[in-house]
Amino acid sequence: MKKSIILLTTLLLSCGITFSQKRNLPNIEVKTLKGNSFNIQDLNNEGNPMVISFWATWCKPCKKELNAIAEVYGEWQNETGVKLIAISIDDTRSMSKVAPYVNSSDWEYDVYLDSNSDLKRAMGVSTVPHTFLINGEGNIVWHHKGYIDGDEEELYEQIEHLVK
Amino acid sequence: MKKQALTILLILCSFKLAAQNSEIHGDFSLNLQSYIEDETINATAADEVVLNNAFLNLIYSSNNFTVGLRYESYLNALLDYDSEFKGNGIPYRYATYSIDGLEITAGNFYEQFGSGLIFRSYEEKGLGIDNAMDGVRLKYRIGKGISLKSFIGKSRTFFTYADGIFRGIDGEVDVNETFGLENQTKYILGGSFISRYEQRSNPKFIIPQNVAAYAGRLNILNGGWNYYGEYAYKINDPINSLQEREMNYASGSAFTNSITYSQRGFGVTAEIHRADNMLLLSERDRIGKAYIMNYIPTLSKPHAYTLLAIYPCATQAMGELGVQLDLFYKFKKGTLLGGKYGTKINLNLSRINALDSIGNSMLHDNIDHTPALLSFDEELYFSDINLEINKKVNKKVKYNAVFAHQKYNKDFLEGKTPGEYGTLSSTIGIIDLSYKIKKGHTIRIETQALFAKEIDSVSKKQEGDWIMALAEYTISPNWFFAIQDMYNYGNEDESKRLHYMNINFGFLKGATRFEIGYGKKREGIFCVGGVCKVVPSSNGLNLSITSSF
Repeated sequence: MKKSIILLTTLLLSCGITFSQKRNLPNIEVKTLKGNSFNIQDLNNEGNPMVISFWATWCKPCKKELNAIAEVYGEWQNETGVKLIAISIDDTRSMSKVAPYVNSSDWEYDVYLDSNSDLKRAMGVSTVPHTFLINGEGNIVWHHKGYIDGDEEELYEQIEHLVK
Repeated sequence: MKKQALTILLILCSFKLAAQNSEIHGDFSLNLQSYIEDETINATAADEVVLNNAFLNLIYSSNNFTVGLRYESYLNALLDYDSEFKGNGIPYRYATYSIDGLEITAGNFYEQFGSGLIFRSYEEKGLGIDNAMDGVRLKYRIGKGISLKSFIGKSRTFFTYADGIFRGIDGEVDVNETFGLENQTKYILGGSFISRYEQRSNPKFIIPQNVAAYAGRLNILNGGWNYYGEYAYKINDPINSLQEREMNYASGSAFTNSITYSQRGFGVTAEIHRADNMLLLSERDRIGKAYIMNYIPTLSKPHAYTLLAIYPCATQAMGELGVQLDLFYKFKKGTLLGGKYGTKINLNLSRINALDSIGNSMLHDNIDHTPALLSFDEELYFSDINLEINKKVNKKVKYNAVFAHQKYNKDFLEGKTPGEYGTLSSTIGIIDLSYKIKKGHTIRIETQALFAKEIDSVSKKQEGDWIMALAEYTISPNWFFAIQDMYNYGNEDESKRLHYMNINFGFLKGATRFEIGYGKKREGIFCVGGVCKVVPSSNGLNLSITSSF
């Protein structure tokens, strides 16, 4: 095993791949709440930043985070032009609760369904909540695992940092 | 394994030219647990003293091309995992590219047809489920609104593959898009077909080598309305046995229906499902969740609070009828019940019962039985009525309160002798209160209580009443500290009135999380989506590190 790890590392180094520092969104389709297929690479906010937040109806910290942001979302949008995209990883068991929860909570976010976790896997998300910040060029510039009360302030600082 | 990794890296190297647009990312997870013997809670020590589950996902992508692999390490697997997870390896690797609406994947992939009634390949780390396929998959978008998926492959079981070879095809048509309809109402139609080949090995009976299952679905959307319905059918798939009465030649079926309406401040969902002899396995004679290839989730709310999930419901794919209703409402700001910030409520009702006294369709020389289509007064498996209230009182105080009443047929759901434990009826109350001390500093107190009552039990052996308290202090964005105790104060057996104390400490930075915990875990059943595993009681130290890059 040891040998193979050394071998792999040398190979990886010797073939000299230089990866770009930029990280883009993957070529994966999700569903809208209206039943349409949507490729996540088509996300666009006219050059303004975007926040992608992975959540589920059964995840308490996820709902806490998105409810906390919902209160200040109007201000955030006015100040920075940011748009929040909420990706629900609810599977068949709880998928039908997503639209009622979102609408009854008055969320203004764009919500998509990733019911067999294809996007979640492609973006290296192992647990929810997981929040990504995308700059105006569509590159992932910052991401954060988990949510504890007050974390939205750190996220906003990062968004402000982008638009300055 | 070594060869596979080398091949992938060689492919990586050959894509050096495309490096301008290429990137590599992934995630890592490590979970170390020590096990100390504790006779009072029946916890055993592990011979290895420390056990470990770890994995690393690597994804390389360049334009329309992606390769990925997962290295997994179980040295040895944690006690709540199947001991078949043993050693190191790369059980998951794939390459995929897309061109002109066609996507080709070779190697491992996860797939779901419709709602999963006949086929779902997925991973659920918490349960130790990973039935990834290994084979070839094609996805094709034919013109406007029509998409096709097809695959051939074998499914993963631990570090090997099951015997059954699966072939599948699924098509979906967005009627409005395809025919250019400008309707307010949207129609989406879908159909899927699965076939499993497994060599016949029964010397006495002729059993099908190719087992087919198919399903059709319809989704209608209009404004705030959304209807989804799916029906699935499976041909006879008897298990190998030399006993005629054990050979069941009946076919299987299942349906699921949901209707949803929502508008600003209000939402409602009503669901019904039925499964009859609808277990689809990757090998006909196997028992256990690692071999299940279709997904019929339980129709009950997934609960996050400990005492609400102490008696969870497992789906009975062999035969059950379930209904569920959810109501979401937000009392507006400035109203009597809404207060300054508004109040949110969620009422959830669910009920699952047997199809009839026999349980499912049966067919052989001595019996030919088909249960009634809809019969709601059969043996109860599980019911849950719960109300959740979520409120922000002021800038500093928020709370979440839950009241629930559950019935849990322990004899049936845990496979005991009828009458041994009976049905357990429990009433649960929870208050979860957060208080913001100053910027970034929050304290959260959770108190839970469960009051139990047995119905129809011959002998009282239940655990009785529980209380639980948790205090958590968090400092955004980096730190958290929590202490909790679960106390089985109402156990019939006085020597079992035990405390389960846990302390957790964590550090978070960006996309990395470290957590150290120490304490006792109760023996119990842990479920996700109606698929459950038995968790043994344990006592010890836990270290977990997760990171994403």
